[in-house]
Amino acid sequence: MATLLEMSGVSVSFDGFKAINNLSFQIGEPELRAIIGPNGAGKTTFMDIITGKTRPDEGKVIYGEKSISLLKMSESQIAMAGVGRKFQKPTVFEAQTVRENLAMALKNKRGPFDVLLYRKTTRGAERIGELAETIGLTEQLPRVAGELSHGQKQWLEIGMLLAQDPRLLLVDEPAAGMTPAEREHTTDLLKRAARKHAVVVVEHDMEFIRRLDCRVTVLCEGSVLAEGSLDHVTSDPQVIEVYLGR
Amino acid sequence: MTRQTFLTQNRSIFWFLLALAVFVLIVTVLSEATGNGMISTSFVKTLGKTLCLMLVAIAMDVVWGYTGILSLGHMAFFGLGGYMIGMWLMYARTEIIVAESLRAAAIPPTPEEIHDAIGTQIFGVVGSSDFPLIWAFASSFWAQLALVVLVPGVLALVFGWLAFRSRVTGVYLSILTQAMTLALSLYLFQNDSGLRGNNGLSGLQNLPGLDAVPQSQVSIAFFWASAVALGLGYVLFAWVVSGKMGSVIRGIRDNESRVRFLGYHVESYKLFVFTLTGIVAGIAGALYYPQAGIINPNEIAPIASIYLAVWVAIGGRGRLYGAALGAAFVSLLSSWFTGGGVPSIPLGFYTIQWTDWWLVLLGVSFVAVTLLAPKGIGGLFDLITARHAVPERVGDFGPDKGARRTVEGEEER
Repeated sequence: MATLLEMSGVSVSFDGFKAINNLSFQIGEPELRAIIGPNGAGKTTFMDIITGKTRPDEGKVIYGEKSISLLKMSESQIAMAGVGRKFQKPTVFEAQTVRENLAMALKNKRGPFDVLLYRKTTRGAERIGELAETIGLTEQLPRVAGELSHGQKQWLEIGMLLAQDPRLLLVDEPAAGMTPAEREHTTDLLKRAARKHAVVVVEHDMEFIRRLDCRVTVLCEGSVLAEGSLDHVTSDPQVIEVYLGR
Repeated sequence: MTRQTFLTQNRSIFWFLLALAVFVLIVTVLSEATGNGMISTSFVKTLGKTLCLMLVAIAMDVVWGYTGILSLGHMAFFGLGGYMIGMWLMYARTEIIVAESLRAAAIPPTPEEIHDAIGTQIFGVVGSSDFPLIWAFASSFWAQLALVVLVPGVLALVFGWLAFRSRVTGVYLSILTQAMTLALSLYLFQNDSGLRGNNGLSGLQNLPGLDAVPQSQVSIAFFWASAVALGLGYVLFAWVVSGKMGSVIRGIRDNESRVRFLGYHVESYKLFVFTLTGIVAGIAGALYYPQAGIINPNEIAPIASIYLAVWVAIGGRGRLYGAALGAAFVSLLSSWFTGGGVPSIPLGFYTIQWTDWWLVLLGVSFVAVTLLAPKGIGGLFDLITARHAVPERVGDFGPDKGARRTVEGEEER
């Protein structure tokens, strides 16, 4: 297991409030990692830093075999380098069909002229078909994404994440608004993705994390409080105090 | 599933081109030059100009309705296109007149003398006789034609690059584009700007070397050219906003940062759309001003671009034919009202003169359309094709039945 992403000594503050405080984090490929933490622990900011939305005040973020620094790259460059993100609130393009949403996410060249001259391929259509099958939206392909239910939008966004074929998947609360059966399915999908890639899951639901059966990182006040198996971290007295005890 | 082609997916192209062809045919058989003369030459010019405005409105719809960039400066590109072709028209025509008058002289004039005489003729009104640097290519038709594309294109590219790179969006971008068109028009108002200050360029309706051709024929030729340009522009933009490009730019309109996280460089896309529409606006302007006969810096005042946005809003954003219809409808109505064609309404204590009140009526209609019928005129077509809006909920598509389920403990297929 080679290290795919390494953050070291990262700090960021908003108007004096330290959202991330000297955070160090590492994930290999393949690996599945869950991140838990109370509200305001910096989970979303953590993802914002990796995806280039937020620039840290100090620290390093190194990615890939060539050890490139993500801090100098734009959001789109980071995404093209293989970092995919699923947002907490499902953000799909509601005015467009499910198929269009998936097609847009599909791994292809991203330049304006590439896209302008893009021609639909059978391979692309097959890939969309496979993805739709995986996320259970085959029949919804021609429908406008805005018509989907909350759970289906979650699925669609997961599908868009998979369509990008990223190496590092950042998944923010994937199971919110899903039925127990769907949660089961999500767990399977994430586990399967983690056989080849690095997957970081932020989740509140302990049951869900237990099913993921992976290493857990506990974030608190912008830094790592504990790391290890779920049983290990849940027995940590500090963790119990700040998070589980509430 | 049958494979869909570009044309079957974009039925509006067929209908738009058909309607345009029918319209051109009707005007042709009714014009003075090629038909029975029911339509006067000046009205043919008005219609030809309207086609150019429709073209720039389509461009505006792509940049605003599809990409979500409310540019309030696109008429600057339109005006620049007009100036570029106007420079050649003025130069070439003055050259002929000057050569004619100097021929009577005892000694044949040298090329320098002719050149200086043209300068005196053109720039006499602003108290100068030297050609400014920007007129370097004015003697060449092809060079000026290239500049019709290059000048608006480069301005849009540079302005867009600076604005989008700094991630200026929303109302701030609109203000910036207003500032651009205002600055440009104020600059051109100066006598030493090199484009004859507030006099602008005039006599553009007289094509050099075609003095023998009556205006009725010139006007119908420009009308046809404008129609061809509009048709080509429509197909071009319909192509741009269809398929994956359309998907991405509508995505940028609806959620810019999401598109970014999918790996698309949003700024490049905005720059592409902004520049392409700027170029088309320049071409539309180059066809418009020879029909109008005169261009001055007032044409690129900020209000012109605001009118453009009003046309598109009334016509219906986000569909090309809506923008085209809005531009045609409002601009024709505007010339009818302001031209005194509508009888004033005596209220006893006050008489409503439409020349004064037209702007109020336009403003009220704009507010009304925005509030009550955001789809605009184009929305009327939904009544025919019964294209439904996104319903709140159709049938049962909750996560229980709609999404695929797996039974706990059962192996994934």
